[in-house]
Amino acid sequence: MPGAKERELRRRIGSVQSTKKITRAMELIAATRVVKAMQRANEAKPYAAQVTGVIENLAAGGASVDHPLLREVDEAKRVGIIAITSDRGLAGAYNASVIRAAERQLDAARTAGADYALILIGKKAIDYFTFRHYEIAAQYTGMSDTPTYENAREVADNIVTQFTAGDLDRVELVYTEFVTMGTQRVTVRRYLPLESTSTIAEGGSAEAGSLAQFEFEPSPGGVLESLLPRYMESRLYSAMLEAAASEHANRQRAMKAATDNAEDLITKLSREMNQARQASITTEIMEIVGGAEAMGSGDDSAIINVLENMEGATA
Amino acid sequence: MQVEVVSPERITFSGEASMVVVRTVGGGDLAFQSRHQPFIGVLQISQAKILNDDGGELFAVHSGFVQCHGDKVTILSDVSEAKDDIDVDRAKAALGRAEDALRADDADEIMVAAKRRAETRLRVAGATTEAAV
Repeated sequence: MPGAKERELRRRIGSVQSTKKITRAMELIAATRVVKAMQRANEAKPYAAQVTGVIENLAAGGASVDHPLLREVDEAKRVGIIAITSDRGLAGAYNASVIRAAERQLDAARTAGADYALILIGKKAIDYFTFRHYEIAAQYTGMSDTPTYENAREVADNIVTQFTAGDLDRVELVYTEFVTMGTQRVTVRRYLPLESTSTIAEGGSAEAGSLAQFEFEPSPGGVLESLLPRYMESRLYSAMLEAAASEHANRQRAMKAATDNAEDLITKLSREMNQARQASITTEIMEIVGGAEAMGSGDDSAIINVLENMEGATA
Repeated sequence: MQVEVVSPERITFSGEASMVVVRTVGGGDLAFQSRHQPFIGVLQISQAKILNDDGGELFAVHSGFVQCHGDKVTILSDVSEAKDDIDVDRAKAALGRAEDALRADDADEIMVAAKRRAETRLRVAGATTEAAV
């Protein structure tokens, strides 16, 4: 008959084992999602590169740089902070690090005497800032797992409108950059105002670069007018795609660690359980031996007899 | 001449062509052939036609840009759809809705654009009697 301790341990091993099954499944799902997310991020690259290329050519063609999105203010009165997090947890430190970086930006803005506007993507950031009674200017859920261009446009349009209207003087973008499968970095980027077109051009892929004489329709300024909003959308879209890939990579790592831990725990608990069983068997034998000795007259045959019977019973 | 049709989510078309016809905001059609002058233009909601050796390809392009540089034409567009990507029934329904809305208020810019998008889609899909180009 198993002892109370042994029974308790057996129950715990069972529960750890079912947890392990769940974390293993989540790990596998995350692994396939990372691959898909990376592929999407790669497919979005040509568009972003081309848009930058056009801006590059515009700069070379001497387009006017007077655009509301380029408006630089000496002292920002209201700073927008975009934070991209996930809707679901169980992704290690993924959400916590983005939230921490966003909060640092917020504190910095407050210290400088500016107001803040939180633009939050993902339920985790919303929960965090709501719980701490921060004022949230805009919140979006259901788009961080597999962002579409439409999602990015919705958010970007909202921000660009506010910036153009003068409600925001500066916008920072906080997200997780997907460097490689093993490295993801929390990054804070200036989203608005834009650097001048020539600075954007310098960061471009420099495919053009030649001093070709471009023709523009309707005009360099007119092209820039409709191009810059696209550029904003495309930048946010790539950030969202990278964040999504990072989320899945982080979740895969977190779930792998959880599965490994569960395995270690199972080994440890099994050893403890075996020990407990051994101990109870030993105690039982001791009791039998003790009993036989008390009955017998110093003759070992009685004890051997009892033990042989027991072996037959337990085998 | 190399031609690429690029939308934010992927490259819709990439290949060789002898001529590309697009419509810019000015209202006129522009044709690019090899060794065209470097050009950047803003596109309207319309179709883009790519002519090559095996005939041609037609795309519905919902605003965007065209850049011609070197021997390469790039069409950048928020949405670019090939014939097979277009849901004709949905486009027809959208056209109906837009026309209804325009009867009530013919200055509604969103609906004017919606109507034009639907018409372009139907033209590209070959679902109207109107000639494609």
